[in-house]
Amino acid sequence: MLLHYGPQLVNLLAAILLLLAFAMLSQRRILSLINLFAAQGFVLFLSTMLVAWLTGQNHLYGSAALTLALKVIALPWILHRLIRRLEVKWDVETLLNIPSVMLVGIVLVILAFNLALPISQLAGTVTRSTLGIALACVLLSFLMMITRSKAVPQVIGFLAMENGLFFAATSAVYGMPMVVEFGVALDVLVGALILGIFLFQIRERFDSVDTRHLEKLKEQ
Amino acid sequence: MSGTLDLTLAIATLWLAVGLAGLVAPRNLGLIRRLLFPLGAVLGLALAASALHGLFQSPTARVLPLGLPDLPFRARIDALSAFFLLLLGGVAAGISVFASGYIRRGEGTPPGLQCLYYHIFLASMALVLIADDAYFFMVAWETMALASFFLVTSDHRHAEIRRAGYLYLLIAHVGAIAILLCFGALQGGSGDYSFAGMRGVERPVGWASAAFLLALAGFGAKAGLVPLHVWLPEAHPAAPSPVSALMSAVMLKTAVYGVLRVTLDLIGTVYWWWGVIALATGLLSALGGIVFAAVQTDMKRLLAYSSIENIGLIFAGFGLTLIFRSFHMGTLAALALTATLYHCLNHACFKSLLFLCTGSVLHATHERSLGKLGGLMHRMPWVAWCALIGTIAIAGLPPLNGFASEWLLLQAFLFTPGLPHSYLNMLVPVAAAVVALTAALSGYVMVKFYGVVFLGQPREPKLAEARDAGAWERVGLAWLAAACIVLGLVPAAVIGLLDPVTRALTGFGMASLAEGWLFLAPIQPERASYSPLVFFAGIAALVGIAWLAVRLRYHGRMRRTGPWDCGFPHLDARMQDTAEGFGQPVRQVFEPFFRIEQQVPAPSDARPFFREVHDDRLWHWLYLPIARAVDRVTSLVTVLQRGRISVYLTYSFVTLLLLLLFVR
Amino acid sequence: MISAAGFAAQFTELMLAVLLAPVLTGWVNQCRAWLQNKSAPGLLQPYRVLAKLFRKEVVLAHNASPLFRFAPYLIFGCLALAAAIVPTLGTDLPLNAAADAIALVGLLALARLFIALAGMDIGTAFGSLGARREMLVGFLAEPALLMVLFTASLISGSSSLATIVETLAHRELVIHPSLAFAGVAFTMVSLAENARIPVDNPATHLELTMIHEAMVLEYSGRHLAMIEWAASLKLFVYSCVGLALFFPWGIAEGGDWLGIVLALPVLLVKLALGGAGLALIETVSAKMRIFRAPEFLGTAFLLAVLAMLVHVLLEH
Repeated sequence: MLLHYGPQLVNLLAAILLLLAFAMLSQRRILSLINLFAAQGFVLFLSTMLVAWLTGQNHLYGSAALTLALKVIALPWILHRLIRRLEVKWDVETLLNIPSVMLVGIVLVILAFNLALPISQLAGTVTRSTLGIALACVLLSFLMMITRSKAVPQVIGFLAMENGLFFAATSAVYGMPMVVEFGVALDVLVGALILGIFLFQIRERFDSVDTRHLEKLKEQ
Repeated sequence: MSGTLDLTLAIATLWLAVGLAGLVAPRNLGLIRRLLFPLGAVLGLALAASALHGLFQSPTARVLPLGLPDLPFRARIDALSAFFLLLLGGVAAGISVFASGYIRRGEGTPPGLQCLYYHIFLASMALVLIADDAYFFMVAWETMALASFFLVTSDHRHAEIRRAGYLYLLIAHVGAIAILLCFGALQGGSGDYSFAGMRGVERPVGWASAAFLLALAGFGAKAGLVPLHVWLPEAHPAAPSPVSALMSAVMLKTAVYGVLRVTLDLIGTVYWWWGVIALATGLLSALGGIVFAAVQTDMKRLLAYSSIENIGLIFAGFGLTLIFRSFHMGTLAALALTATLYHCLNHACFKSLLFLCTGSVLHATHERSLGKLGGLMHRMPWVAWCALIGTIAIAGLPPLNGFASEWLLLQAFLFTPGLPHSYLNMLVPVAAAVVALTAALSGYVMVKFYGVVFLGQPREPKLAEARDAGAWERVGLAWLAAACIVLGLVPAAVIGLLDPVTRALTGFGMASLAEGWLFLAPIQPERASYSPLVFFAGIAALVGIAWLAVRLRYHGRMRRTGPWDCGFPHLDARMQDTAEGFGQPVRQVFEPFFRIEQQVPAPSDARPFFREVHDDRLWHWLYLPIARAVDRVTSLVTVLQRGRISVYLTYSFVTLLLLLLFVR
Repeated sequence: MISAAGFAAQFTELMLAVLLAPVLTGWVNQCRAWLQNKSAPGLLQPYRVLAKLFRKEVVLAHNASPLFRFAPYLIFGCLALAAAIVPTLGTDLPLNAAADAIALVGLLALARLFIALAGMDIGTAFGSLGARREMLVGFLAEPALLMVLFTASLISGSSSLATIVETLAHRELVIHPSLAFAGVAFTMVSLAENARIPVDNPATHLELTMIHEAMVLEYSGRHLAMIEWAASLKLFVYSCVGLALFFPWGIAEGGDWLGIVLALPVLLVKLALGGAGLALIETVSAKMRIFRAPEFLGTAFLLAVLAMLVHVLLEH
């Protein structure tokens, strides 16, 4: 019974992932942004578990646990601490107004699906149609990084991008080898820490974490 | 059918005769108002009746004893022509009756001359619809453009009206050149410019595409498709209201006729990307038109922009037809084409109705600006109720006619996900969303139009003297309002009329698929069905029961007093929303569409002054650069200008010599 | 084609909607009061208000036109018909063949047009302001609702609401990811269309932020009662559309009497849960500035478009 609905459930989780990506794109508040990021991590955890169970690939359980530990617990915790220390809880203005950003997002989704179409036709996995969504999530997170001027949302965008990649890996090819996965996870963690330190430095220098201030560093 | 063709030719001739009769006594208003215009209306009715008969006959052609030697005029009537003739005759009848009450001694063109232009305009439109070769078509087309130019500039004492007229003439001719080139591409080297000859030619993709694009540009310029729409909001307000009505209702449709004739009949094989281009320009026009309509402060300009929107929807439907047809989905192509043609008919009815209403308001108040109207419901109830019908129809609300065609169009979109092309499959839902947004925005615009003109308090003291429309005007308005209602309530019958047209152009008809006369059910009744009559009866019954129940159970006590307005005692007319205020949210949401110049007062200004101008970006991106380039080129040419006759004669002489040498 | 049982079911549904709508409004108000730690009015409070209004005489402005007096009945009629179209108990509804999902949206738009025109009729500052804002909400909410319904129509291959419900509830269960998007969009649209927080506040008067209440300020007596009843019906219609699209289980297929009788308690439970959910959303969210409303609704509209796209992409 569940085996019958399994692929459909993975599709549903993929759609929720996309929905969360759009929610992040249209969210003004940093605090909600972090919560959405955590929710995305949780959906990713669920989908990885599901794929592991459906395909019997046991190493995917490990990936799922890693996702839960890192993306649902550790990183949001770090980010929460970060914004508490930086005292940047308030609204962020986006560079473009939100419906326009979403309009661009829709174009990206159409593009991503068409780009992923030939690859997903090659893949023989049960969940191949989700590859387009994974690519769309990556592109949307990228778009989010572009349209924000504050540093913290940009960091979140960077992390969300990795979520999309991870989802592509689990859904299309049933996960990467464990070593690679650990490496990537470590990269992300270290990346987040370095970015955190970087942010403190920016604030020390400019009294703000608005990355538009970095324009001043340009040589005249 | 030959009867219909002969009758159409006879009616066109009689229209010309009526027009010429106006010249006999150009200042005799009584003759023109009481005899000539009503006669024109009767001829319109006759044309509609004969076209209705002709719709169901097989096509007939005839060579006329007119034209140049070896190049006679050919005329032909088939279902497509007959349908547009029906539209022309039916709408022109209403407009002519209205005009006989409307026309009066102005400061510009004398009434007799206006009568002449008006009837030449009607006759030339009829001839455009039956022309069967490029030569006859272009002659009729240009006559139509010139007659309408003279009608637009009826009040030629005003500089801005002359300017509007010239802009119209310019774009009409740019379009005409494109159409001429299109016919050149269509004849495919055979030298045969008759439509029958063009139908037989096998063309390579390149030539066919060139012909299609030229037709889209040429007819699009006449129809007011973005980016060639700029003349419309200038010319429609400048023209007298019956002329605006006629141009918007019928002349724009001749352009639709032209594009349908060229693409679906003369070219024959179509490619899917043509459909995408037509769909995209159509949607752009629809959305742009309605967004601009929302910020207008002149009621006729507002309606002109709304015409751009409706033409956009018509072209979107046409694009969908092309897409379906290119994939050989015959039934769906017929559905999309039915929606397109139905919307043509509907737009002709409600837009002419609303333009005529603005005419009555203009005569009664001498105001076109929305900011100086208001509360006319009490002074002009007849016009107000007719305008309300037009408002509901144009806003695309059930059970009137605007909804019926939009319903069909949306149904056509709902069937698209079977297209064998992945990008198209994804773009079509987006297109449906734009159509839905446009339809909703038109509701916004029409609430603004109706609310500001007819409801609320009068914004100027002189509005208290406004008089309702006269008897002739009322008949014209009632005719068109009735058409809006009837076309809305019996869509199955209308689809029956469209059936021969879609059968001729796509090979499939919709009539057999409508579920009886009561229900409208394209494809299958389980998929979708709509019955405006039942719908209307349902609302009427529920409203009646509610009213009766309240009246019988409780009471009908009522007391009249001043408005409450949250207890604010000093209410006056200036506290209502102005037209600018009502349009402000749309201006804010769709800000990138506009080029806004704003002058906002500082808090410390002793005499605060606020000014805002919003402008079409295309004007600055496309038209002004072209105008400047033309200016620059012409300033180079001025070198030739010497002002001495002998120099000019030398030019002619040299040219003559060169030509002689060249053809030697 | 149309059975006597169908007519009976249609009549039952219509009467049920008209009678139940004020109770639903009362239930939402009650839940909200509980959640906000206030003492709640009775469940039948909206009925008491209606009865009071019906008994009072109408106080009409001098310059009110016939349109102003006619509009409340028309709006009520439109929304009652809308309630009759949406399947709540069974799917064998004769009126369903006369009006599909697109016609339902058209019907709601017709009601909106008339309430906005009535708001502008007297020519007060508040009336025209309310009308403008109502149309602002409308022009974004209406296409969003249409796109949500389109998504369901694409899934079931029909724009008839009865067929949509039959496909979703009585065919083999299929998970439709697109409905997740449609659901979010629909929730946002319903909040805006029913004058709820975060777009409007149904409990406010004399505030510069009001939308719906500003339009109907000039109404009194039986006219106001009709408007209020129509507003309740609108909430009921939206709730039932939401239930029909996203929780259709329990609605009887065809005109089977037993199924219809069983469907009634299921409907009541679903409405009670939905109403409580609405009260919860209203309690936890803050009212937006009016200029954020287009952004909110634009997001809803684009989400609805995305729902259609996701359907085309994932479910084909």
